[in-house]
Amino acid sequence: MRFLIALILGIVTGAAAAIGFLYYNPITSQVALSPLSVSDQHQFSLNYSAVADHAIVYTNNGESRMHPHPAKVLQLWEAPIRQTEALVTLLRDARNQPAGFGIKFSSRSERTRLLSGEALVDSVWYVFLPDQGTMLIAQSENYWNFLRDIVVPAQWGTGNGWKGSWHGTITNGPGALGTARVYGGSGAFLGLESEAIESLTAKAYSVELGPVAMDGQLTIELPRRDDELENSTANSVSP
Amino acid sequence: MIKTYITGIVLGVAGVIAALNFVPLVDQHREVSVISVTPNGGNSESFQVNIPMDRIMVGDQDSKSPKPPGIAWPESSMLDGSRTELFKLRNSRNTVIGVASRLAANNDKLGSVVEWVVHLPARGSMYISLAPEAADGGRSGEMRAGTREFDSLIGTVSERWIADTTGAADAPAGRIELVATFVSNKPIDQEESVE
Repeated sequence: MRFLIALILGIVTGAAAAIGFLYYNPITSQVALSPLSVSDQHQFSLNYSAVADHAIVYTNNGESRMHPHPAKVLQLWEAPIRQTEALVTLLRDARNQPAGFGIKFSSRSERTRLLSGEALVDSVWYVFLPDQGTMLIAQSENYWNFLRDIVVPAQWGTGNGWKGSWHGTITNGPGALGTARVYGGSGAFLGLESEAIESLTAKAYSVELGPVAMDGQLTIELPRRDDELENSTANSVSP
Repeated sequence: MIKTYITGIVLGVAGVIAALNFVPLVDQHREVSVISVTPNGGNSESFQVNIPMDRIMVGDQDSKSPKPPGIAWPESSMLDGSRTELFKLRNSRNTVIGVASRLAANNDKLGSVVEWVVHLPARGSMYISLAPEAADGGRSGEMRAGTREFDSLIGTVSERWIADTTGAADAPAGRIELVATFVSNKPIDQEESVE
């Protein structure tokens, strides 16, 4: 009996140690620096509120922490879309002026591996800027740092939430440098192929409601026209 | 007894690592894809949206019956001439398999734009651009980009409105049908070398 108790205590200790190591493992921390920060290309940013109640429309399976908005919006309860969220939100430019709106579809990724610090979400943004054009931003996002730094402390804390200042890049692919792919659709973006990143800035998180003070930012790189010309020329002469 | 305790620790660590490695944390539900082979090569797949029951949102400043109720669509003149819709998307067996958005916009700077984004959680996403002019009862266009399963495909897409003719009480008013025809974007010799 003593040996059985010792074995069980050992298993619990080992499991707790392994979980603790995974949780505090510094190797799995994401780099806070944006991969586009070293780029010399022209960039522009679009800002949005990442709080569900601030969205034009936000919907999910209706059982998640974040409640659909408006309350009577159709919920995504069918099995193939139960792990999917849809967000329609106003996008603001760097001067905080409305620039258009964005539609984001995001689904939990089967490539999620907590062992390597990857809590992945596959998502696409459809961006409509009436004065400029339309584009699609396709990315995989990693929420591991967000979960570790905000969600878990909020869950364990006594205040039923988290308050502080957190900023992180959530885009982690599919680009080689951890960037999202951008495909232009119309207007000035017609034919564009570029890169982007999405980042979040959180100030408050509620265990019951999810993010209550959080902003998102899309940073999109625009290749210079002469670069595009060089590329198209190079492509046309290559065998 | 200390040896047993240490053995337990090793088992605990190994158990956590094995569980995280072999037990999938996310398992997306998959419906069988209903794909047919087209005579000239490539594959064809049909999607549909039942109207009005699959409509999640209508974003239109002139809409007399906004959906969902309580939506605060931005009252900005820059959105004049645009209509944005969000749908649940079904396969040809009428099973919901994803979500989709449709934008129809017409302004001085962009001209006329009709675009779809189709998101199938277990498979990937498609970015579809259609010709603004309707012809033969529908519109046709191309897939501009795809992700995951659709990343290696190129193809054409057509959009068609099919009104309901059954007259059943619970029948939809009609359905939007999207038919996509794909071929691989890889050269044939490259595909063979992969095989």
